[in-house]
Amino acid sequence: MKKILIIGATSAIAEATTRIWAQRGDELFLVARNEERMNLMTKDLKVRGASEVHSYSMDANNFDQHSSMLVKAFGVLGAIDIVLIAHGTLSNQKECEQSVDLTMQEIKTNALSVVALLTHLANCFEKQGAGTIAVISSVAGDRGRASNYVYGSAKAMVTTFTSGLRQRLYKSGVSVVTIKPGFVDTPMTAEFKKGILWAKTEKVAKRIVVACDKKNGEFYVPGFWWAMMAVIKAIPENFFKKMKI
Amino acid sequence: MKIYGWGKYPTIDAKVLLPQTRLDCASFLKSNEIVLPRGMGRSYGDSANSSTVIESTYQDHFIEFDETTGILACEAGVSIREILQLIVPKGWFVPVTPGSSFVTIGGAIASDVHGKNHHLSGTFSEHLLSFDLMLGSGEIVSVTKDNYPDLFRATCGGMGLTGIILSASFQLKPIQSSQIIQSTIKTNCLEEVCEQFEANHASTYSVAWIDCLAKGKQLGRSLLMLGEHSQYGTLELRKKKGQNLPIDMPQPLLNHYSIKAFNALYFHRVFSKTKTETISFEPYFYPLDAIGNWNRLYGKAGFVQYQFVLPKTVGMKGLRQILEVIVKSGKGSFLAVLKAFGRANENYLSFPIEGYTLALDFKMSEETIQLIEQLDSMVVEMGGRIYLTKDALMTEASFKKTYPLWEQFEEVRAKFGAIGKFASSQSKRLGLQ
Repeated sequence: MKKILIIGATSAIAEATTRIWAQRGDELFLVARNEERMNLMTKDLKVRGASEVHSYSMDANNFDQHSSMLVKAFGVLGAIDIVLIAHGTLSNQKECEQSVDLTMQEIKTNALSVVALLTHLANCFEKQGAGTIAVISSVAGDRGRASNYVYGSAKAMVTTFTSGLRQRLYKSGVSVVTIKPGFVDTPMTAEFKKGILWAKTEKVAKRIVVACDKKNGEFYVPGFWWAMMAVIKAIPENFFKKMKI
Repeated sequence: MKIYGWGKYPTIDAKVLLPQTRLDCASFLKSNEIVLPRGMGRSYGDSANSSTVIESTYQDHFIEFDETTGILACEAGVSIREILQLIVPKGWFVPVTPGSSFVTIGGAIASDVHGKNHHLSGTFSEHLLSFDLMLGSGEIVSVTKDNYPDLFRATCGGMGLTGIILSASFQLKPIQSSQIIQSTIKTNCLEEVCEQFEANHASTYSVAWIDCLAKGKQLGRSLLMLGEHSQYGTLELRKKKGQNLPIDMPQPLLNHYSIKAFNALYFHRVFSKTKTETISFEPYFYPLDAIGNWNRLYGKAGFVQYQFVLPKTVGMKGLRQILEVIVKSGKGSFLAVLKAFGRANENYLSFPIEGYTLALDFKMSEETIQLIEQLDSMVVEMGGRIYLTKDALMTEASFKKTYPLWEQFEEVRAKFGAIGKFASSQSKRLGLQ
């Protein structure tokens, strides 16, 4: 039985992941904004087999709350085997282009709040000398594209930050897992037309569970995105700037 | 977004809303004029088609499961498949299940689904303890058979036209094993299969696959499949993954000859008069769930699944007349299914009445529409009716004649503020307000 902290627990990918953890009897500590949805999840995860489910309501953008949340989580769980950071918003690129405030807000939600949480968590886990810190980044962070570079650059920060953190924590025996999902069919992407590149949350969740148990590195989910992004990253900037992708 | 039922006919351009909480549901109700709740879209025709649908995809949480009493409470978007994954290892089974597990609980109630045990166990709603329903006003009522008898009778089988089913609580049945003992009886004509249904009334589950291309003396030759839950074996789910039909089937491959060959092979795969084997519950209850997107078999144009029931009084004779028309048309298809229903319940629009029900697929075409028109008039004349969950073509007159309680249904809808709020392509076609 593992003790797991999930931040942004009501996000579709996180929820699908918690269901797998619940089924194998893990103890879960949920953190999210929406209490109604956390209550639904708490009951659901108990029925599915979680040994215990705790919840804590917090807005990740409220940085002052981070340390008291972590004190509570470590207090309740004791040692933490896995923490999954999954909160985020899919920025509306066009609106961001017209608003500094909105752009800053999106960067704050998708990058700065994650960095703030990771700064606390890194120290806690370093002291603990074990465990896995998993963060959901995105393939969008691999290269800036006109259609979503605000979201993409925030995720790029998360990817780079976790890469450095992985090096730092390696000698302490702490794993840092960076998950880079491609297109996933969730409420966040409800407006998009779905094609063959789209993955179901259950599939993404399965990969996350495996990565959190055994891995220490960067992972594309589904795996074929590794090849896709290798090609996209290899395109010379001179061509790339003229492309519409 | 284009949406459609499992038969892919007809389609409609719809706004699809995905509430995550009851609050979302209420606000969607307020901000949209006419809506329809929708589950996994596994009804066949246009009963879940509407210009604005509220889908239960993300309302898929379990609420409570009492492992000692077998009472399960969950949100409306939880599917029977997910329920089985939870309950089978703990020695429980769903009291009534349709032929696909890709069906939500909300949909099971709205269609008041029946299964292979209808002759003994009735429909799904007969095992339902309570459900929460959001009315057109956004108000939530907790409905049981006793506290709101009229709303209960209207909502069960009511095709989502009374409100949004949010959650439900129902009684499961205990099992000792996840295995099913299946006995297959080969019968050479319609009379024989009907006799066998009668003779095996005590059997927990019974359904017959009928060759709807066989003519003359062989008309109605069938394989009657009886099932009992085994007392022995483990409680487990099948690990095997299903296959997917990746594309719409090229239509020249699906013709009279290939279908005829399939039916003959299927019938003759059982050599002896009876055959008994122990199999997992999945292939017994959900043979087609193993083939993802099997609806692609009928190609782009889609298909209509035609299911009617004839009252016991006309029984075999009526069935024979209708089968003759189907055989003559040569339009019958792979899996036609015959079942003897038990008694009807009190719900206003629940489909089953005591008698024989036949379900079969017709590939969509102009001729199919004409054939169904002809069959409809025969069914209506014999005092039968068409299953609303499969229907895509029935006329208003046929509906009102064969579902005589439609007026009470409308009264209850008026009383609880559903009129002018909940509507589907089907409800409009059938002349419901």
